[in-house]
Amino acid sequence: MTPPLVEATGLARWFDVTPSLWARLAGEHRLLKAVDGVDFAIRRGETFALVGESGCGKSTVARLAVGLYAPTKGSIHFDGQDLSLLKDRRRSRALRRRLQMIFQDPYASLNPRWRVADIVAEPIRAHGLLAGRRAIADRVGELLTQVGLAASDGARFPHEFSGGQRQRISIARALAGAPEFLVCDEPTSALDVSVQAQILNLMKDLQRSLGLTYLFISHNLAVVFHMADRVGVMYLGRLVEVADVDRLFRAPLHPYTRLLLDTIPDLSMSGKPRGPVAGEVPSPIAPPPGCAFHPRCPLAQDRCRREAPLARPRADGGGTVACHAVEEGRA
Amino acid sequence: MAVPPDAPPMPAAAPRGLLERWADSDVWHSFTQSWLTMAAAAVTALLVIGAALAPLVAPHDPFDLASLSVLDSEVPPAWEKDGQARFLLGTDNQGRDMLSAILYGMRISLFVGVCSVLLALALGTALGLVSGYVGGALDAFIMRVADVQLSFPAILIALLIDGVVRGLLGQEHGARTAMLVLVASIGLSFWVQYARTVRGMTLVERNKEYVQAARIIGLPPILIMVRHVLPNVVGPVLVIATINLAIAVITEATLSFLGVGMPPTEPSLGTLINNGYRFLFSGSWWMTIFPGAALALLVLAVNLLGDWLRDALNPKLR
Repeated sequence: MTPPLVEATGLARWFDVTPSLWARLAGEHRLLKAVDGVDFAIRRGETFALVGESGCGKSTVARLAVGLYAPTKGSIHFDGQDLSLLKDRRRSRALRRRLQMIFQDPYASLNPRWRVADIVAEPIRAHGLLAGRRAIADRVGELLTQVGLAASDGARFPHEFSGGQRQRISIARALAGAPEFLVCDEPTSALDVSVQAQILNLMKDLQRSLGLTYLFISHNLAVVFHMADRVGVMYLGRLVEVADVDRLFRAPLHPYTRLLLDTIPDLSMSGKPRGPVAGEVPSPIAPPPGCAFHPRCPLAQDRCRREAPLARPRADGGGTVACHAVEEGRA
Repeated sequence: MAVPPDAPPMPAAAPRGLLERWADSDVWHSFTQSWLTMAAAAVTALLVIGAALAPLVAPHDPFDLASLSVLDSEVPPAWEKDGQARFLLGTDNQGRDMLSAILYGMRISLFVGVCSVLLALALGTALGLVSGYVGGALDAFIMRVADVQLSFPAILIALLIDGVVRGLLGQEHGARTAMLVLVASIGLSFWVQYARTVRGMTLVERNKEYVQAARIIGLPPILIMVRHVLPNVVGPVLVIATINLAIAVITEATLSFLGVGMPPTEPSLGTLINNGYRFLFSGSWWMTIFPGAALALLVLAVNLLGDWLRDALNPKLR
């Protein structure tokens, strides 16, 4: 089997949220463990999705994967190269071109003062991929056509476009450097439902024709089901379950995954009574001891309150799950 | 999209004259839409040209002592009783033609005002941009310096700088050096406002996703600051600059009045106002009203232009 394109091992990112300077000087530190020991591997050409409630650390993983944040612990490798290399701008040029990101907010991700052609051409110019105005203009026109806009739209400003069109521009910019790996941080959550499907289908088509690998961050399970090959479920900075998309949706093992799947609105279930979701997400600054999910878990026992579960292979062999109850066969 | 997909890939990049491109630009178009802006531009242009060409346009040379006569002193404007046609706006207590003195004075005021605003703008914008983008200890240091400076009145800072420079150079120096000292002292005492404005906006912009996108591409911080952040924070700075132009002219006048500005042989607009002010109660109102009106007109016109510029440079309002 070929080695994975992207591999995270023990990946962690903590933020220092010590409230005052005095507390800091006294050596007191409050850490927000946004991501706390996450392992995953993404194979070339597949879409790996991360799902979870807001605040579970999905977006932090996305920023770690493109080098916007440096990991506090652990590492993330891209095609065998450690991404902490990205700090050295000169040596990482070739590496940078191969990763790109699509952002959540199409209204903030495009510089309002730049014309669309300049926005899309930026990676080409920054990496020196093409020489000459004519060649760059032709390439930009080609990219805009590829994402379903007209080449002549390059002369306009971002505010002249709708949210969906802006997201297409964002995709065109991401593709400009001919990357292999795209990190998509909730790319459709700011869009209308009708436009969401268009953007998702565009991304799927591009993946097929360009052989792209996606890390797809979302809180929308329906979108994940449509897009992903494999899914990782995150809860309070940890992966609780990783599995192929079919397995995960058909036979979820972790109690949190089941809870998430139960909350998907479904026409055939309308009118049926539903169990209310118990509890809130605890604060990541002071996570509960043991398994972080135990205060909301219907299967929690003493062991769950004391001991954090490790990720173990699922019984059916596809992926991992971190749950004492599953391990003990109580689930 | 209004444009059909089979349109040519990019607008033809045929080489065109600079004038032609300017006439076709959005900025020029918005300029022609507002008569107020055009009037302000006309007034500014008139005053600036009049000031710049003062030696050619002015009816008299107020600095030529040989042409002055004490007998011509305090002549009222031409349309008043006892007015003389050769002194359209009257004369001052030394017999200098007010119109000529205003033209020459505006020249000095404009030069000092524009240069000191440019200095403050460049310094404040650069420091604010770096402070907001880099953050951390550097940000804290720059902003504490700004806080300390802000706790003194700007005029005091200007006096201090002026005094230090005079101490270094000695008292004996010409009008040219006096002008440069004025520019430096006013410029250095006004940078804080720009730095704070730019820093605040940079803090907002640097966390926007388009800046993160540039960082992912691997652009060095200096290019991200200049190409991405600067165009998005420069709008309000231009408006502050136009308002500060007026304050700089007034500060220059105050410094001149206190005896550390322009020498009395080469008065600026502010010096003229202060000079004439002493004669207001003796009935010679024209000696202070006309320079004052010229200053007000200049400041108003420049402010209107600044307002228009802010809107014209904002693509969302195009």
